[in-house]
Amino acid sequence: MGLLSDPVRRRALARLVLRLNAPLCVLSYVAGIAWFLALVFPPLTQRTYMSENAMGSTMVEEQFAGGDRARAFARDFAAHRKKSGALPVAWLERTMRSVGLEVYTQSFSRKLPFPDETHERYMVSGTNVYGILRAPRAASTESLVLTVPCGSDSTNSQAVGLLLALAAHFRGQIYWAKDIVFLVTEHDLLGTEAWLEAYHDVNVTGMQSSPLQGRAGAIQAAVALELSSDVVTSLDVAVEGLNGQLPNLDLLNLFQTFCQKGGLLCTLQGKLQPEDWTSLDGPLQGLQTLLLMVLRQASGRPHGSHGLFLRYRVEALTLRGINSFRQYKYDLVAVGKALEGMFRKLNHLLERLHQSFFLYLLPGLSRFVSIGLYMPAVGFLLLGVGLASLVAPLLISQAMGLALYVLPVLGQHVATQHFPVAEAEAVVLTLLAIYAAGLALPHNTHRVVSTQAPDRGWMALKLVALIYLALQLGCIALTNFSLGFLLATTMVPTAALAKPHGPRTLYAALLVLTSPAATLLGSLFLWRELQEAPLSLAEGWQLFLAALAQGVLEHHTYGALLFPLLSLGLYPCWLLFWNVLFWK
Amino acid sequence: MAAPLVLVLVVAVTVRAALFRSSLAEFISERVEVVSPLSSWKRVVEGLSLLDLGVSPYSGAVFHETPLIIYLFHFLIDYAELVFMITDALTAIALYFAIQDFNKVVFKKQKLLLELDQYAPDVAELIRTPMEMRYIPLKVALLQCFPQCYFSCLSDIPVSVPTHLVCPRTPLSPPAAVHTCENEEQSLLDLFLGVCHDVCGKPSGNHLPLLLPSQLLGFHPRSLWLYINVFFYTIPLAIKLKEHPIFFMFIQIAVIAIFKSYPTVGDVALYMAFFPVWNHLYRFLRNIFVLTCIIIVCSLLFPVLWHLWIYAGSANSNFFYAITLTFNVGQILLISDYFYAFLRREYYLTHGLYLTAKDGTEAMLVLK
Repeated sequence: MGLLSDPVRRRALARLVLRLNAPLCVLSYVAGIAWFLALVFPPLTQRTYMSENAMGSTMVEEQFAGGDRARAFARDFAAHRKKSGALPVAWLERTMRSVGLEVYTQSFSRKLPFPDETHERYMVSGTNVYGILRAPRAASTESLVLTVPCGSDSTNSQAVGLLLALAAHFRGQIYWAKDIVFLVTEHDLLGTEAWLEAYHDVNVTGMQSSPLQGRAGAIQAAVALELSSDVVTSLDVAVEGLNGQLPNLDLLNLFQTFCQKGGLLCTLQGKLQPEDWTSLDGPLQGLQTLLLMVLRQASGRPHGSHGLFLRYRVEALTLRGINSFRQYKYDLVAVGKALEGMFRKLNHLLERLHQSFFLYLLPGLSRFVSIGLYMPAVGFLLLGVGLASLVAPLLISQAMGLALYVLPVLGQHVATQHFPVAEAEAVVLTLLAIYAAGLALPHNTHRVVSTQAPDRGWMALKLVALIYLALQLGCIALTNFSLGFLLATTMVPTAALAKPHGPRTLYAALLVLTSPAATLLGSLFLWRELQEAPLSLAEGWQLFLAALAQGVLEHHTYGALLFPLLSLGLYPCWLLFWNVLFWK
Repeated sequence: MAAPLVLVLVVAVTVRAALFRSSLAEFISERVEVVSPLSSWKRVVEGLSLLDLGVSPYSGAVFHETPLIIYLFHFLIDYAELVFMITDALTAIALYFAIQDFNKVVFKKQKLLLELDQYAPDVAELIRTPMEMRYIPLKVALLQCFPQCYFSCLSDIPVSVPTHLVCPRTPLSPPAAVHTCENEEQSLLDLFLGVCHDVCGKPSGNHLPLLLPSQLLGFHPRSLWLYINVFFYTIPLAIKLKEHPIFFMFIQIAVIAIFKSYPTVGDVALYMAFFPVWNHLYRFLRNIFVLTCIIIVCSLLFPVLWHLWIYAGSANSNFFYAITLTFNVGQILLISDYFYAFLRREYYLTHGLYLTAKDGTEAMLVLK
């Protein structure tokens, strides 16, 4: 208790911290960014390795040869799909039964809070079809899932064909110790969410679905497949899930093992893996991949059906077949063999995957950065905030945040009656309107706040706002590192700089440029830039509006947390800094 | 002052009723920060159903309440919500009148000491006036009602009842005894605590087995050294604070809340409700900013780390219990800060506010 009780030492320490405050803040911010950039270089990034013993030592000989059968099924499926316009449930049931599975269906329906313009749906209803391959001599306590999401806009027929051919091949083997569920969902992610909720007997998103007639035990792992062509040039793997959750790294290691074994070309974030990590090129490419992963994880969207499985603690991946302009092409047999190998290895699991990392960043498919090495980056950024913090502005800002969260969806009908806009546009425009209205606040809050001690008032408010910001970013970084890091990078410097004196217009411009909405806009441009498909300003703005609508929709359909975090947490905090800036 | 109190009670009852019927009720009743094995309503219901079936409620390892609770709720199970609300309201009213009485006593004592010239000449700004003390009872009632109603009412028995039933009552009797000796009139707070003490000690029926200490949670020999802390501080504090029984009671309740085996938000809210009584000590608190930050940060991190441990599968119990430990450290520092502030104020009252050392420079008080 020496430091806390000795007044002499306290005063000395306080004086030291005050004198070095500004340099320390700047230094810690720079250290945070530098640490993040250094994550792609060899000491901080390590080679991946298989941690689970049960999946390590046994090498299997793949025997899948049903390429023709898969193509035939795919063509049948596409034909029936075109004829019926929706998922051909009867055909699927018949085919699955002929292959030898126990077939069940599940119907679901959902009315979205406002029409989804990207997928063009509003009242959604559909049917999921799934077949269970029972393990010959096991007790049906554990299962694996192979799922193919079929939306109205995605043509996944080759994936369905491969699924059925694999089912036929698996049915003839005797070594299965876990049940395998072959799931075909309609309306891609909505169907998957309905199936998962019914399987685990919960109702977190307000979906109405019929209860499942057949179950197969606790799901140990799942693979989602998306294939739209007969031949592929590469397989892309997606790991980021809902709210930035990631599967166990061992599942990715498993996929990478089979890619190497079968000589398949595998990509992460659509980019090839650099072989050479010693020169500068490899790490630079790794930095691109890392930034893409950070942006995707920060968005909190489920980038594929696997993202929804993660919430139930089921490790899952999505594999996408890409058909681009490369010379060497792989057919469905190669993909089928990789899947067969993965499932045979997963069959050997004795426990759920838990040995490897759950929180990591990937600069490449065979390189990873673990949480112990990337957390200091966000720690340094937040240290600046901690060093460098009233009721009425607080309440008003929080009330604005609440309005931003609640009003757009509630008010969409009123808006469509009075203005000539569609519902989705109404929601997005209301969001932007409330956001901009917050900028006009400071001129009005001064009538409410007393002018007792004008100078001390803004310092107290800034203190509270800084602590609030640090707390929120800290809590966010613990659950979704990428989102926390991204927001900290943009919001911390301008938050620390906000004060009523000095060049007010410059500070105001900086503060607006680093507000949460502007960060979203900036990261969209950065993301497309990294994917080598840069956007023009108009396209970027359209994408931004679409992203806003998707964000609100995903919060209501899957429970994604980005929208509530930004509107109820970070936007009020940012408004407090805006208030500090315009303090009279 | 009756009208504001009635208003506070009406609002508290409305908020509780609204929360009880909202969807938040189920969500909060499962949170581990609010419900503990010692204060969980679900366990009481389980015990009651076992009793109805003719089995001893203590035969499983689920039920941990006193026999009195079983009998009380056997008849009141259908009106549980009402019982909770009435108990909380009664606690608030009792605290209100008790603090009002206490304020009168403090003011009388202060006047007596002033006339007897026991205070140093320059302590005029430390003397408490009736004006500033006028709203304290209302604030205490307010603070007692609202945090509790958000959490405790939905998930468990009102904290005031089990805190005094399950936790050791013996540390609370010295302050009650000292207080009674000092004043001829019996204060309400005293009566309340005394009644609880008597009622709980009563044996409750021959056909139920005696509640042996080994059946109570947490009384494992190895953890004896932690729980002995609860009793440890009673005697030294009684000696030091023999003239200030209410402050002693406040510190004792806080110590019980910190070292209790399954603390919940309700326990913390109970002693924090007393902060308005000591707000004249605010100027002597040294670390209040750091401590408030620690307590707020830990409170925010509780649900995050719980989520990471249980749902995301990545953290483990060490993270969660580290935050519990940090929260307890923050509480301990807070209580010791208040104690220091109290002692310092007493020192200033008798020795003067502006102290000079022998050579005339300004002196500083250092706690050794």
